[in-house]
Amino acid sequence: MSIKHLSAVAVASALLSHSVQAKTEVEWWHAMGGALGQKVNEIAADFNAGQSEYEIKPVYKGSYAETMTSAIAAFRAKQQPAIVQVFEVGTATMMGAKQVIYPVHELMEDTKEPFDSGHYLSAVTGYYTTSDGKMVSMPFNSSTPVLYYNKDMFKKAGIESAPKTWKEMEQVSKQLIASGAQCGFSTTWQSWTQIENFGARNNVAMASNNNGFDGFDSEFQFNREPFVKHIERLQKWSESGIFKYGGRQSSGMPLFYTQECAMTMGSSAGLSGIQESMAGVDVGVAELPYDDTLIMKPQNTIIGGASLWALRGHDSEQYKGVAQFFSYLSSAEVQADWHQFTGYLPITTEAYELTQKEGFYDQNPGTDIAVLQMTSVEPTANSKGVRFGNFLQVRDIINQELEAVWAGNKSAKQGLDDAVRLGNQQLRRFERTQK
Amino acid sequence: MSSPVIFKNRYLPYALIAPQLLITIVFFILPAGQAIFQSAQLEDAFGLSREFVGLENFINLFNDSYYLESFFTTLKFSVSVAVLALVCALILSAFAEHIVRGATFYRTFLIWPYAVAPVVAGSLWLFLFDPSIGVVTDMLEWFGINWNPTLNGDHAMWMVIITSTWKQISYNFLFFLAALQSVPKSLHEAAAIDGSGPIKRFITISFPLISPTSFFLLVINFVYAFFDTFAVIHAMTQGGPGNSTSTLVYKVYNDGFIGLDLGSSAAQSVILMVLVALLTVFQFKYVEKKVAY
Repeated sequence: MSIKHLSAVAVASALLSHSVQAKTEVEWWHAMGGALGQKVNEIAADFNAGQSEYEIKPVYKGSYAETMTSAIAAFRAKQQPAIVQVFEVGTATMMGAKQVIYPVHELMEDTKEPFDSGHYLSAVTGYYTTSDGKMVSMPFNSSTPVLYYNKDMFKKAGIESAPKTWKEMEQVSKQLIASGAQCGFSTTWQSWTQIENFGARNNVAMASNNNGFDGFDSEFQFNREPFVKHIERLQKWSESGIFKYGGRQSSGMPLFYTQECAMTMGSSAGLSGIQESMAGVDVGVAELPYDDTLIMKPQNTIIGGASLWALRGHDSEQYKGVAQFFSYLSSAEVQADWHQFTGYLPITTEAYELTQKEGFYDQNPGTDIAVLQMTSVEPTANSKGVRFGNFLQVRDIINQELEAVWAGNKSAKQGLDDAVRLGNQQLRRFERTQK
Repeated sequence: MSSPVIFKNRYLPYALIAPQLLITIVFFILPAGQAIFQSAQLEDAFGLSREFVGLENFINLFNDSYYLESFFTTLKFSVSVAVLALVCALILSAFAEHIVRGATFYRTFLIWPYAVAPVVAGSLWLFLFDPSIGVVTDMLEWFGINWNPTLNGDHAMWMVIITSTWKQISYNFLFFLAALQSVPKSLHEAAAIDGSGPIKRFITISFPLISPTSFFLLVINFVYAFFDTFAVIHAMTQGGPGNSTSTLVYKVYNDGFIGLDLGSSAAQSVILMVLVALLTVFQFKYVEKKVAY
């Protein structure tokens, strides 16, 4: 091909690409693989088709940690995307980086996009708001821990309903074991379910400064009596088979799948996965147990998952696109569809009501438990969420110390004391980087 | 008699070594320098605030009893992986050399594990070793072993050792096989005529003659166990239960790439760098004396 031809091709392609770029492109980095990734692409495609000014381009960046690391590297190289999905443990890091993030409430105001934070479920958005109630990032995929139970095994043991309190957890487990079950219950994500959410559910703080919301000089308090008692009884139960530890994160799920344990505590978004893995078994969903010696009416639980952050360094035209996309994402139809497809919590009341009206909860019993658990009471300072720097290291520390407790190498008090001491070192280290 | 080669042009030698030097500077000196620089800093993830803290990151590490424990964990892990991977590969290659039929088939299959990504290998073996659904768990039950790597630190350690070893055997096998094939047949024939059996011939003839390869592999295997095994540990145990499989390199990876604490992670990698340098010097100074080239 001659130079002349080549340049003609180049000009033509430049013209073509120009006509495509008439739409303002907005990059969105996310960590949703598999079916969730396809759903993300679908949402973006629907948004793109619905208007002609903006083009949302979703880019899959791997795991949560990988997505966050690449966004940070990109920011350092001034190549950051306009939107990035960050998991809940990264929240404090993002929030502290004021020159990096464009808070959602500011973004909506600057772009004059209609926005009313009152439409959102406060138990969900609370995790991502400042202590004076301003929404900083847009909740995207949020879930909360619930209790899953094997109805077939319950029937065999002659148990009518799921346990509501920790006292009932013990009684029910004993009955189950008497009827031939190998273990009563297990748990996944132990720091999230047994420390963070134990505190929220029973309205006990796990750290000072309203669980870290009010400043960086917070101190952990989860070595106080309520937590120690809880971990102590779990330790005692792990000796008698009532409780069985199955590993970090969600690697304890096989204990429930294989019907070794009759109950487990896990993310509410895991329901469809559980039903798929346990075809033919009747699985029930119940609210997370509470401690009736601590509280009469249990509090809401804390969410996990990820939220979307707008990053600075782009032009105002792109931010208009981001704002419109966030509005679109919050609309009842999109939220209801996302909630029903994925099992993640809806972020607005409207989406919940729409799902109800469509009869989804009647057809899929158990899918509304998490929403009810989140919305039945107003969140308190102790149940709004937790916000800690170096939270990933802190969770590793908690995992490590709890494992020493389950293995019987440490007492509950010793394990929690050590976790608090090491955790506070991490908080102090983070505090020094935030000026 | 050898005479020293003299270059007439005084710049030519520099030009000749320039590419090598450039590669060393770009891929080793610069990153290592960056690591040393980072190790004296305390900064947030985005690099917005940066504070020079001198040796504080190192002092924190050496005051941390868990970090000191992970030295022993690393030593235990690395020695086990290196020894097991070398011994298994040597045995396999000694046998492979004698195979008459299906040798290519056998060799190809032994090389496969090397092509498996560490994370995939980790997930595979984790599945086999799973305390509720694992095949290995069921087999161990016949021997009366209550296998539970989620709570038993020794079990978890064995699990990551076996997985890391499995991945490295292929590499060692290739080198051992090539080395064994280069041992002159005439020596074996002579010894056989003198009446020594195959095992005796292997110990007295082959093994001493392949010692340069064995030494090379020893160094490579230690470096592998020290540096390349974090993905296996990340996929299988995340350093747990407790602190029992948290090796030095896993902590570097976890604190730096997942926890985003660059200062501490850099300090750890500097320590690791010094450690491996010392180990390599030790190997070259003492073990290499036993090598006959």
